[in-house]
Amino acid sequence: MAEPEDRDLEALLRELAPRVLGAVLRRSGDFDRTEDAVQEALLAASRQWPAEGVPTNPHGWLVTVASRRLTDQWRSEAARRDREANAAAREPTRATPAADASIQPAADDTLSLLLLCCHPALSMASQVALTLRAVAGLTTAQIASAFLVPEATMTRRITRAKRSIEAAGARFGPPPGGDYADRLNAVLHTLYLIFNEGYTTTGGDQLHRVELTSEAIRLTRQILRLLPEDGEVAGLLALMLLTEARRPARATEDGALVPLAEQDRDRWDAALLREGIELITATLPRSRVGPYQLQAAIAAVHAEAGRAEDTDWPQIVALYQLLERRSASPMVILSHAVAVAMVDGPRAGLELIAPLETDERMAGHHRLTAVRAHLLEMAGEHAAARIAYQLAARQTTSRPERRYLATRAAQLPAR
Amino acid sequence: MMLIYSSPATWDALSQEERDQLERDHAELYRELVQSGEWVGGHALADPSRSIGVRVRGGVPITSDGPYAEIKEHLAGYDVVDCDSLERALEIAARIPDAALCGVEVRPIMEVTGMEM
Repeated sequence: MAEPEDRDLEALLRELAPRVLGAVLRRSGDFDRTEDAVQEALLAASRQWPAEGVPTNPHGWLVTVASRRLTDQWRSEAARRDREANAAAREPTRATPAADASIQPAADDTLSLLLLCCHPALSMASQVALTLRAVAGLTTAQIASAFLVPEATMTRRITRAKRSIEAAGARFGPPPGGDYADRLNAVLHTLYLIFNEGYTTTGGDQLHRVELTSEAIRLTRQILRLLPEDGEVAGLLALMLLTEARRPARATEDGALVPLAEQDRDRWDAALLREGIELITATLPRSRVGPYQLQAAIAAVHAEAGRAEDTDWPQIVALYQLLERRSASPMVILSHAVAVAMVDGPRAGLELIAPLETDERMAGHHRLTAVRAHLLEMAGEHAAARIAYQLAARQTTSRPERRYLATRAAQLPAR
Repeated sequence: MMLIYSSPATWDALSQEERDQLERDHAELYRELVQSGEWVGGHALADPSRSIGVRVRGGVPITSDGPYAEIKEHLAGYDVVDCDSLERALEIAARIPDAALCGVEVRPIMEVTGMEM
């Protein structure tokens, strides 16, 4: 467990990471090597600052150290190429840079970096990994442990991602005009994935994953500061806050999932709920509505119900109708069906999901089976519900979900 | 996870040259997967004659020598990859040389994450 001071230092370094990278990158234009150099500078700081104190200009210190590492690397590569005596290696280097090294960070460096890391040439997994390292300032070891893969695997993935960006000829700086909306969408989607990866963890030895939700929230906050007028950025942040607020109630201590209707709402984080509700309430009337805002609005309606039975289901149905008009994904239809069942009864819900049974995106998907099981249970068809829960338990690849679904099945009479 | 099956009969029928080629193909695939960052882990397993079964009955562990001789196919090794899609996983499985000899089974690994419902 880190001491409080260590955690403060880590937070400071993570805050500075993208700005330092942006500052050096603007001059070097070499993303791959610059990113490595900045990581080394961050490591040097985490070793030196606790002993020597934080420099008066930490940003300038990191920029100077990173620039020097980069120069060293270029020199040694040039020397290797020339097969000449490496004069550069013998050149004495100062232990710490001048404290007045003042390169002013540009405010939008973080956003430019996010746009670069979420470049369409990269797979989603690579976008996530690169964002966590280059923008969030996490070490490769931390990212690897968050995604439960060996560090060597993550190192390769990050290296490959950086090479892909280089090969795609992507530059640091604002993307071409027409691309901007799409690219920002990709950034928001990546942050949403990072958040979900952390949120869906249900306990046990997963402490590192919890960090993913706070990193996603922190980065989304930063974007919102840069783009305060963007309704979808605000919507995503509100959605994250409202979802995160439920974390203390969503699983038991031994990691079993607790469904929304059965959660102890006193354990929801009141401060996060308040912030999320205020944010989405302020955003909806003044901006063009989008999927993140609608999902946040739905989460807010749930949050406003003191008890599950007080939930304003007609309003949730109306919001899902709007959401479905924008993105009629099978997952949205499933959630919509559950809400409809709460208003018009389980038969109406079952009718809504019937077309999904032949949708190839959903065929054999545990979530469809689980919703069918739930609606059948509501309809009093316990034997059929039990069979569906058992089937869904076999279909899921998530251990907590399998446990939950098997428990639901076992609670129903066999006939 | 790629569960790689082998059968002694097919293996014994191969020439030395064919066996060497098989090793080279697998090593080449392994290098590619490490390079792409998709490789997570994997091992070849010793011959099933080295297997020892463990069963606990009434709290007492009982060991027994592994499977009987008439078993035609056995688990010979496994590879764990982390890739973007099922399609990609199947593509990798098809390149494991044993897929052409005996068979490879692709099965998802259970995740520790889950959504509340």
